[in-house]
Amino acid sequence: MKKKRIVIHEEYCIGCRLCEVHCLVQHSKSRDIVKAFKEERSSTMARVMVEESGPVSFALQCRQCSESNCLEACISGAMHRDPETGAVVCDESKCVGCWMCIMVCPAGAIRQNLTGTHIASKCDLCYGSAMPACVLNCPNEALTYEEVEVRD
Amino acid sequence: MQIIIIGNSATAVGAIESFREYDQSAEITVVSEEPHLIYSRPLLSHFLGKEIERSRLAYRPSDFYVKHSIRPILEDAVTAVEPEAHTIRTASGLSLHYDKLLICTGGTPIVPPLQGIDIPGIYTFTKLQDALSIERYIDDYPISRAVVVGGGMIGIKAANALMKRGIPLTMVELAPRILSAAMDEAGSAMLTQILAEHSVQVLTNNTVTSIHQSEGRFSGVTLRDGRELGAELLVFGIGVRPRVELAKAAGLVVNKGIVVDKFMRASAPDIYAAGDVAEAYDLVVDMNRTVAIWPNAYRQGAIAGAHMAGVDRADIGGIAMNAVEVCGVPAMSIGNGNVTGSEYEVLSEIDERSQNYKRLVLQNDRLVGALLIGNISRAGIYTGLIRHKLDVSSVRKNLLSEHFGLLSLPDQYRKHVVSGSSIEI
Ligand SMILES: Cc1cc2nc3c(=O)[nH]c(=O)nc-3n(C[C@H](O)[C@H](O)[C@H](O)COP(=O)(O)OP(=O)(O)OC[C@H]3O[C@@H](n4cnc5c(N)ncnc54)[C@H](O)[C@@H]3O)c2cc1C
Repeated sequence: MKKKRIVIHEEYCIGCRLCEVHCLVQHSKSRDIVKAFKEERSSTMARVMVEESGPVSFALQCRQCSESNCLEACISGAMHRDPETGAVVCDESKCVGCWMCIMVCPAGAIRQNLTGTHIASKCDLCYGSAMPACVLNCPNEALTYEEVEVRD
Repeated sequence: MQIIIIGNSATAVGAIESFREYDQSAEITVVSEEPHLIYSRPLLSHFLGKEIERSRLAYRPSDFYVKHSIRPILEDAVTAVEPEAHTIRTASGLSLHYDKLLICTGGTPIVPPLQGIDIPGIYTFTKLQDALSIERYIDDYPISRAVVVGGGMIGIKAANALMKRGIPLTMVELAPRILSAAMDEAGSAMLTQILAEHSVQVLTNNTVTSIHQSEGRFSGVTLRDGRELGAELLVFGIGVRPRVELAKAAGLVVNKGIVVDKFMRASAPDIYAAGDVAEAYDLVVDMNRTVAIWPNAYRQGAIAGAHMAGVDRADIGGIAMNAVEVCGVPAMSIGNGNVTGSEYEVLSEIDERSQNYKRLVLQNDRLVGALLIGNISRAGIYTGLIRHKLDVSSVRKNLLSEHFGLLSLPDQYRKHVVSGSSIEI
């Protein structure tokens, strides 16, 4: 089955971190860039992270594995596959922050959200919106949103 | 085709979800002795600690059974498995035919051989009913102190819950240190210190030798060192032993757990076993063994489910691991994180003041274990390295780096992880 997934092109990433900025805004309450950073900074976080070492950098978010370790390890049932996008999503109303998912994610793409809460934080492909914020706002196409073959 | 699953927990869900990916027509019956729909056993401590409502124990939405066309038979125990006849019998008198049978009966709580433990105030802690009973007891009687017997995973989780209820605690552990199966000495010491800071009395090298009662209720214990403790509640949190009685009586090959192959097939035709009750392959110790953790139960269930549907989903094996918060401080033990010996190379970093600890264990240039306390960010990368048995000799010095991440690892491995399985390591 073909699904849209975020593809990482490290050769074009310049480490500008605009993806992180726009991911945070997208997941803020106000969705306003100024308010998100000035007022909501302590209650929201980006789900994409830029890794950088010398000239090499890339933006990393959940790889949407087909046999997801995090799904199997989740003790609360919060991690589930969105029936439409096939994305692995964390139901934040169910998550208890046990960190089993963090322990098993081979990409290290899940983080603790301790901003006034205690839950796992990961990419949700912007809940099936046409284009995730990180991809939309990458100036270099170091992130692209492409149809790829996934196991259904 | 008739599929029967004995047990209605993590393993059963793994099996059902994977089976239904391949086969929508077979009839699936789940038989469970417990009266509840699938709930999360590990969340019992969060529930008892009043962190979550009872409704959040549900591990899957209530339409799970309908959506997957499952017939649940609840509050009925399977009393016999008859491999020749391909039938099971239940306590209520049912006799059911199976074409494929999955035994995922989990574990039985370990209770030390003590006299007079069948009294109000003494509980095990592995079932929803246990949590409900403890909750009721706490509501009915003032508890000035509780004794938790066992300083392993379940004991710690029981202690977390009782602490959240504001109950003063004594934890009694037979081994010289708590979490001895998961942590090394330094890790255990740090976690013991954290418990002490939260006023938990931790007594190691010790055990309960007799139970006191007053007016028919639990009132205290005598310990091996002669000490007497007054307490109104005692929780056994020692762990579980694989619940193999049914399999043994059916003539299946059983060691500590039910012996299975890589498809989770037991020794009789069309019978599978998975989860806490099974002795499946552990890739770190390179042998079959029982490991009572949720991720392995789910995965083994999924492998069994696929195979019952005629699909080979055998994988490279499981890893013993666990994550637990001790008074809010996260701690993880992955694979052989606590081993010592000349065959291992240990990289470690400890900061007692900030309560951070990391211990990485290498063997033949491969990571075989990791312990993390405090900072657990990106811990799964270590688990991935263990699972892939990647040669980390060229990046050894990066493994404990403050900025540890995928860029700390060989390029090919990074590209493999980042792009999915399309690029070989
Ligand atoms: C308090 C607690 C906290 C835990 N925390 C964690 C954690 O944080 N992380 C983690 O990875 N693991 C944790 N675990 C372990 C985890 O819960 C188990 O590994 C997991 O539940 C195993 O699933 P299972 O399907 O193999 O068996 P179980 O969950 O044990 O379920 C077996 C079911 O089969 C039923 N059954 C048994 N025999 C019969 C019969 N003859 N007829 C009918 N039904 C029968 C039982 O009643 C039970 O409902 C915890 C366990 C406990 C008790």
